[in-house]
Amino acid sequence: MTAALAQPLVDDRSSIADAQSDLIEEFDLFDDWDDRYEYLISLGRKLPEFPEDWKTEANRHYGCQSQVWLVHHWNGDRLRLSATSDALIVSGLIACLLRVYDGRTADEILSAPPAFIAEIGFDRHLSGNRGTGLQTMVDAIFKRAREGRPQP
Amino acid sequence: MSAVANAVTEVGPSVLDVDRVRADFPILTRKVHGKPLIYLDNGASAQKPQAVIDATRHCWEHAYANVHRGLHTLSGEATDAFEAARNTVARHINADSAEEVVFTKGATEAINLVAASWAANHLGPGDAILISEMEHHANIVPWQLLCERTGIELRVVPVTDAGELTLDAVAERLDGRVRLVAVTHTSNVLGTVTPAKAIARLAHDRGALVLFDGSQAAVHGAVDVQDLDADFYTFTGHKLYGPTGIGVLYGRRALLDDMPPYQGGGEMIHEVRFEGSTFAAPPHRFEAGTPPIVEAIGLAAAIDYVNAIGFDAIAAHEADLLAYATERLAGIDGLTIHGQAETKAAIVSFTLAGAHASDIGTLVDRRGVAIRTGHHCAQPLMRRLGVEGTARASFALYNTRSEIDVLVDALERARRILV
Repeated sequence: MTAALAQPLVDDRSSIADAQSDLIEEFDLFDDWDDRYEYLISLGRKLPEFPEDWKTEANRHYGCQSQVWLVHHWNGDRLRLSATSDALIVSGLIACLLRVYDGRTADEILSAPPAFIAEIGFDRHLSGNRGTGLQTMVDAIFKRAREGRPQP
Repeated sequence: MSAVANAVTEVGPSVLDVDRVRADFPILTRKVHGKPLIYLDNGASAQKPQAVIDATRHCWEHAYANVHRGLHTLSGEATDAFEAARNTVARHINADSAEEVVFTKGATEAINLVAASWAANHLGPGDAILISEMEHHANIVPWQLLCERTGIELRVVPVTDAGELTLDAVAERLDGRVRLVAVTHTSNVLGTVTPAKAIARLAHDRGALVLFDGSQAAVHGAVDVQDLDADFYTFTGHKLYGPTGIGVLYGRRALLDDMPPYQGGGEMIHEVRFEGSTFAAPPHRFEAGTPPIVEAIGLAAAIDYVNAIGFDAIAAHEADLLAYATERLAGIDGLTIHGQAETKAAIVSFTLAGAHASDIGTLVDRRGVAIRTGHHCAQPLMRRLGVEGTARASFALYNTRSEIDVLVDALERARRILV
């Protein structure tokens, strides 16, 4: 499973703060929410392929409206994340979360709450934060960071 | 065919003045994302007319106190209004008397009440309860819990591909062990109006009682519990343009008389001693604690409101909306309507090939259109349909053809983005 997971880790990746500001800037380029939705959907379409056999019950997160599958592993001290959803808007949100949190250390993650969600306005504009399960996904990522890397 | 079925299918000249009706609903003037609200989620809960808002407000402001207790003026007035509301409900569903109308907090509680009080005390191992494949979770889970506890068998009648409940399918499962048939009167997902009267006749012939979940049916047509020959009939207030927190259990008097209390507390007692208590007669036996007083009064105002318009006019208007919506939606590429029953209420569930229902719901919301997406509290039916979920437009007396046009445009746009 490890080998196929996510994109290669680039050493000089920007910080979580940079990733969040990049997202905020990108969404700020659009004049209205109709266009932001379309952009979010386009990000969702570009999510790296998630193998069908990873869509197990254990990896599934229940949302009221759509399904999310989240897989993680530790690459050294870095948390690698891979996720997908059957709904495109949720997939777009996943793409944003992965840009921010994939490949970070537990300390980096735990000291950087997802401020971009409120900055961009996802919390106010996505009909039903609960419906998209955005908070559930954030909680799941933070839970894995808190649990940390399994000790050898 | 039931009164509901007839009312829903007979398309007569509509005498409903929809502009006037819309003016009765203050919320319909609001905007969503800068667009006029188009509220098509009535199957989940309906909006409230000014008459209901006024009635509840009047109660809070002028005539509020606890009921059946004080000797003071306000308590008397509140009690009179509360019991008058019960009379309004009884007349509305043609119950034999107001004693057959138990106020509950909703249809869910009404069904749980029958499960806990009637079924738990009258049925046991060897007996069976029959439900259908298209029930709302509220008419599945209470029976499941009961059956797990008592060893009663829970049996399920499948529905046809069109989403119909056939008498043959029901009859096939009535083998003498079935003591209760508990089925929906109108499906919240498919809009199917079930042949309730014929089901009651069949069940009674085979020694079973019937309970109809009328939460959707009571909204779209007149309900006559005596004509249906229902033993129990349940519905909720908030889908019928009334407040939340109020529902109705109709029970045949002889059945209610023979049922033990559902919950214990004040209001439901005759005399309380530590050695043992005796209980009030129905319906108060089943209304432990302070009831939803203002909500009951609000429900009566809602019933008066729909009756002033008339269910013939409402049903004709909604039948027109259903026919128009069905025709327009069928014209969208890749759209499948789930539920093609011959007798349908104004509820249309659909899926769009290649698009997830939640994405559709979010995108049409941007156009001010409120529809429901997901499993509609009917997961077994979703499995039967072979879908994860559907989108659902459910219509009310204040909806219009031009709102359906906006829905269709919004769906066309969503399809362009998503598919």
